[in-house]
Amino acid sequence: MAAVPGHVTTPGRMGGPGQLVAPTFKTERLSVVYLTEQGPLRAVRGVSLSVAAGETMGVVGESGSGKTTLALGAIGYLPANGRVESGTSRLAGVDLAGRPRRELRHVWGSKVGLVSQNPQAALNPTLTIGRQMDEMGRRHLSLGRRAAREASLAMLERVAMPDPQAVASRYPHQLSGGMLQRCALAMALLTHPAVLILDEPTTGLDVTSQATILDLLDDLKAQFHTAILYITHNLGVVARVCDRIAVMYAGEISEEATAPDLFAQPLHPYTANLLRCVPRLGGQGTQERLATIPGSLPQMGDLPSGCVFAPRCPLAVEDCRAARPPLVEANAGRKTACLRWQILRSEEGRQTALQLDLRAAAPLTLSAVPRAPAGPPRVRDGSSSPPGTLVAMPQDLLTVEDAAKECPGPRPRSTVKAVDGTTLSVGAQQTFGLVGESGSGKTTLARIVAGLTRPTRGHVHLEGTPLGPSVSGRDPSVLRRLQMVFQSPETSLNPRQTAGQAVMRPLVLLAGLERREAGQRARELLEAVRLPASYFDRYPGELSGGEKQRVAIARAFAAGPDLVICDEPVSSLDVSVQGALMNLIGDLQDGAGTSYLFISHDLAAVQHLSHFIGVMYLGALMEMGDAARVLASPYHPYTEALLSAVPVPDPTSRDHRMRLRGSPPSSAETPSGCRFHPRCPRFQGDLCRDQAPPWRLSDGGVIARDAATPATADAAAAAAEHAICCHIPLHDLAALQEAGRR
Amino acid sequence: MKGKVEADHGRLVSPRRAAVYWRRLRLQPVALAGTFIFFLFLVIALLGPLIAPYDYAAQDATQRLQSPSLGHWMGTDNFGRDVFSRVLVGARDVFYLGGIGTLLAAVVGTSLGLLAGYVGRLWDEAIMRVLDVLLAFPALLLAMVLLATAGPSDLNLILVIAVLYIPMFARIARSMVLDLRTREFIEAARLRGEKRSYILFREMLPNALPPLLVEASIRFAYSIFLVASLGFLGLGVPPPNPDWGRQVNEARTFFDAAPWMLLFPAAAISLLVIGTSLMADGLRHVFGPPVARGSR
Amino acid sequence: MTGFILRRLGFVILTVLLSSVLVFGATHVLPGDVATMILGREASEQAKDSLRQELGLDRSLVVQYGSWLSDLARGDWGTSLSTGEDVRGVTLERLSNSAMLALVAFFMYVPLGIFLGVIAAWRRNSYIDQVISAGSLAFVGLPEFVTAVLLIAVFSRALHWFPSSSAIAPGTGFFSALPSLILPGLTVSLTSLAYVVRMTRAGTAEVLETDYVRTARLKGLSAGNVLFRHVLRNSLLPTVTVIAAGVGWLIGGLIVTESVFGYPGLGRLVLFAVQRRDLPLIQATTMVIVTIFALANLAADIMYALLNPRIRYR
Ligand code: SF4
Ligand code: SF4
Repeated sequence: MAAVPGHVTTPGRMGGPGQLVAPTFKTERLSVVYLTEQGPLRAVRGVSLSVAAGETMGVVGESGSGKTTLALGAIGYLPANGRVESGTSRLAGVDLAGRPRRELRHVWGSKVGLVSQNPQAALNPTLTIGRQMDEMGRRHLSLGRRAAREASLAMLERVAMPDPQAVASRYPHQLSGGMLQRCALAMALLTHPAVLILDEPTTGLDVTSQATILDLLDDLKAQFHTAILYITHNLGVVARVCDRIAVMYAGEISEEATAPDLFAQPLHPYTANLLRCVPRLGGQGTQERLATIPGSLPQMGDLPSGCVFAPRCPLAVEDCRAARPPLVEANAGRKTACLRWQILRSEEGRQTALQLDLRAAAPLTLSAVPRAPAGPPRVRDGSSSPPGTLVAMPQDLLTVEDAAKECPGPRPRSTVKAVDGTTLSVGAQQTFGLVGESGSGKTTLARIVAGLTRPTRGHVHLEGTPLGPSVSGRDPSVLRRLQMVFQSPETSLNPRQTAGQAVMRPLVLLAGLERREAGQRARELLEAVRLPASYFDRYPGELSGGEKQRVAIARAFAAGPDLVICDEPVSSLDVSVQGALMNLIGDLQDGAGTSYLFISHDLAAVQHLSHFIGVMYLGALMEMGDAARVLASPYHPYTEALLSAVPVPDPTSRDHRMRLRGSPPSSAETPSGCRFHPRCPRFQGDLCRDQAPPWRLSDGGVIARDAATPATADAAAAAAEHAICCHIPLHDLAALQEAGRR
Repeated sequence: MKGKVEADHGRLVSPRRAAVYWRRLRLQPVALAGTFIFFLFLVIALLGPLIAPYDYAAQDATQRLQSPSLGHWMGTDNFGRDVFSRVLVGARDVFYLGGIGTLLAAVVGTSLGLLAGYVGRLWDEAIMRVLDVLLAFPALLLAMVLLATAGPSDLNLILVIAVLYIPMFARIARSMVLDLRTREFIEAARLRGEKRSYILFREMLPNALPPLLVEASIRFAYSIFLVASLGFLGLGVPPPNPDWGRQVNEARTFFDAAPWMLLFPAAAISLLVIGTSLMADGLRHVFGPPVARGSR
Repeated sequence: MTGFILRRLGFVILTVLLSSVLVFGATHVLPGDVATMILGREASEQAKDSLRQELGLDRSLVVQYGSWLSDLARGDWGTSLSTGEDVRGVTLERLSNSAMLALVAFFMYVPLGIFLGVIAAWRRNSYIDQVISAGSLAFVGLPEFVTAVLLIAVFSRALHWFPSSSAIAPGTGFFSALPSLILPGLTVSLTSLAYVVRMTRAGTAEVLETDYVRTARLKGLSAGNVLFRHVLRNSLLPTVTVIAAGVGWLIGGLIVTESVFGYPGLGRLVLFAVQRRDLPLIQATTMVIVTIFALANLAADIMYALLNPRIRYR
């Protein structure tokens, strides 16, 4: 309870050589084991960590790395089959590991706070937020009913909740994820705990909500002087909030350093590769190769005897396999568990450690599959576009005209406009990237194109030929040209069919091959997505997430499609796998000449793969155009907010804060005028509230929304190199944004 | 780590599926015992008349109400009939009536459920409403009313069991379809223009089988219960057959003098019902999610 | 909320109506001539004809159904074919007897079942859980007629604590009937108890695995607080529905149990009617039971909605 504002001595980043503050929370050689059907699993082995008051320690790792187990084991909370096998975990000198729950109950909640992922599940659905918070005050601060509620309200105020009284009387299902996570933070901080454990607190939130939570954390860190253990898989987030970072791999710490050091010069091959697995905003787009880490996490029951990373390490030598390398002090204040860390100190050394999975000498071809004959060349009908405002586009493969989808809303007779009149076109051999947060309607739009969702209005054309509104009405020759890769590898393959069967089926059905021939080509396809031939007979249960997604990609490409819709194809995969998948997606385009409609919430991924980008908000496009131009000033205010919300994996980057007001829209009611106006940071008053903004083209052209029918205005915008839907003229926007950066 | 793919932890189940199931079953001694009991009774049902030491209907006035002995392992009843032989042969009826009835219900119910779930709209409403009506009756009551008008016979009993249990299978199949139809592999199948029948029977049904199998074993246990209760109430299979329920009813009068007459058939009923329930319970775990939850 | 209740009520009425079609159909359309059924095969054609006329069997089925239903709704349930008594009088009297028995059973198995189920879930995989779980499985497998006979053998023949026959006289009050109610009540309870235990255990075990229970524990709340404030609130929600669905079991159990103990309840009346093929009696008793069953489910739905804020606030 030592959090008197002003008492804060060491705000912001600290650590480095000669730490002066004694650590508040310290684990020493902590090992946790789970007793399972398959025998004991040593999920965490000999981990030593320390966090000082006021410091934020990040623990980064992929799923299965043991980072959550480490945190829960350190505070003595493990499931029934878990045990702390050895080691200690001290909080202000008292060992918590392996204590009976009875004693720990006085520590949990009062000295240790926990905020976990997915607040919707972590809060009790049948109790109001207020009652759940009050429990903390009543239990640990011995407050009465009234005083506890006052403490709760005061705390809600401190996490910047707009109307604490109202929020306290709400049930969890009545609040958005971001709001709930703030309540969870308030609840955990109510007792001013000495240690706060944050377990993926922003995973599952939209980037704009994530950004506000991270901002809030910054403020709270300064106020509360708590030792924070921040667990996440997201490198951008650790770079943004942490002072020191420990990288975990297969239950051990592979490297520990201050945030700037780690990102500037990783001293472990795993970290070095991990940092290059995901594209960065502002990178080189499709030209850039992403790192891949071949192989997969070792099984906890069957660990290699030497370095746990050796089977996947490009620098591995005999010595590495002989004995487990200890976590040694490399430079002052940083440790690594790699024997050959010296190599990584030089730039050339680091290059040898990176596995950039160089583009195959010959482009990946799917020549085994006869491609569908291309349609006749088509002349663009320019009549709908005002002369002089349009730039010629590559011949369009796919055009979507004024597509809309209304669904029944939550209340009787209300409707939700999931997609509200959207027009776009995708050129041959091009990638159109569609970005937006949840509720933006991007997935619905993709499903309309695929024919899985029947639009309430609008048309989809493939090379000028109209497509039926539903797959069941589309011709097999059309189905063959248009395929889809789905988001979740877990559900995109039938668990009762082998990988081979999954890939063969479209060959038989759409390409009309004989079974034997199809089997042969399926093997070739699996090879093309870099899966060994032996995987032909494997069931999805025997494949990892990344492997499943490769099979799904092979299936989509089997019949030689012209357009593949990719709906968040990598976002549910582990970081180390994402790079390889994105490389593959890019290579397949080069080899097979396919077009993509690439949908993602991840701006960096979209930028990496796309030639053209469309930014969606609440069912409509806000900005679209050439990838480079969309991601350069002038931005649409929403695009600008999105960009500034993305945490960059570089602690030195200067953070240009631009946050959205209010909470994410419910999409039940589309706001009047500009649909972004309730949250727009550049809100212009009545104009924005009352009138639909025009499309402003990069060459100065303006297409008023209400002048023409929306469809033609949108079509014109769709054909332009860059167009923004806003009341503010482009050069004014550019000026405003320039000013904001300074 | 929910929502994130667990890299390569699927590998824990890399041996073929059947081997996995068997290993999981072996780890549950109680379920294993139940399965053993079930199959023991199944063998008895198939071989009953062949291995029975006496003719189950042969009366012997000199041997009335004998207590269990080497000659009559379970004693004799008030007509001097061998209780052991009657229990053995009684198993046949149970499997015949309950087994065929459950099977019929499974086939018809699953088909209706698949149809309702996949075709949807009016069909769904109509089928499920009608089936809901069957669920509005307590099972035993509906069986009694139907048998009262149709008259007790083997065929009618089978039909009644089938009618009673069709709604359960239909509900499960339907909810499986509703769950599966939004899965992406089904959408992938639609995207390549698969026929409805292919999607239903080749893509969905194999995934719906495990829960249906569990349900079938539960229903079979209930059907034993039901047949025995009907037999006890005098509404089951007509007399010459050695129905377990009726045996218990007839034995009540002689309970003080010859408790074995009642105890053995009663034990047979309970053992088979419990064994089958244990097996069903075990199957649920065997088919359950691939990796133990909450390990991280 | 009102809308919700009205919708559920409409649903109940629809179910009862459709059930009446089934009951009517089962007693009229299925093979077997009603007149022959009543008078026996030996009766003369003439006698059968006049009976058919008297019962209105010569009219079309739809007309028959309509008049039957309106009679039923108006309270004219006909006269018993086998005893000549007024069906409504007998049915309602027997219903009140059964209600007494069901009440006794209900108060035995519902609290105990929830209690044992919660304990088993709270101490998952412990010795006590295994005993409760195995025990409940065993009782699920024990038919009522077996339990009844065994209970009579022990508590009435051997120990003489309770009477073996529960044939109470008409109009006996609850408290004077109580001793006769214990054994049959216990019989009905055992099967239903096992059912409630299993369902409660499953529901509670599931809630114990949720993130919000983890949150509650990591808030350092006492075990009691976690259990009563966080676990039970959620885990007993589905149990409410389960108990209503269990009323079907209870009624089935009553039919068997009442006949073993000779207890003059609705269950035994149903059996009697079925054995005699007494159509008006079958129809009336069945409809009464269906209605009660539907109302029990309605009550459960409403309770569920009242306890669940996610439905309450819509
Ligand atoms: S110790 Fe060897 S195998 Fe391990 S990371 Fe370093 S170089 Fe690679
Ligand atoms: S039109 Fe107005 S509210 Fe909309 S984005 Fe532009 S400035 Fe913001």
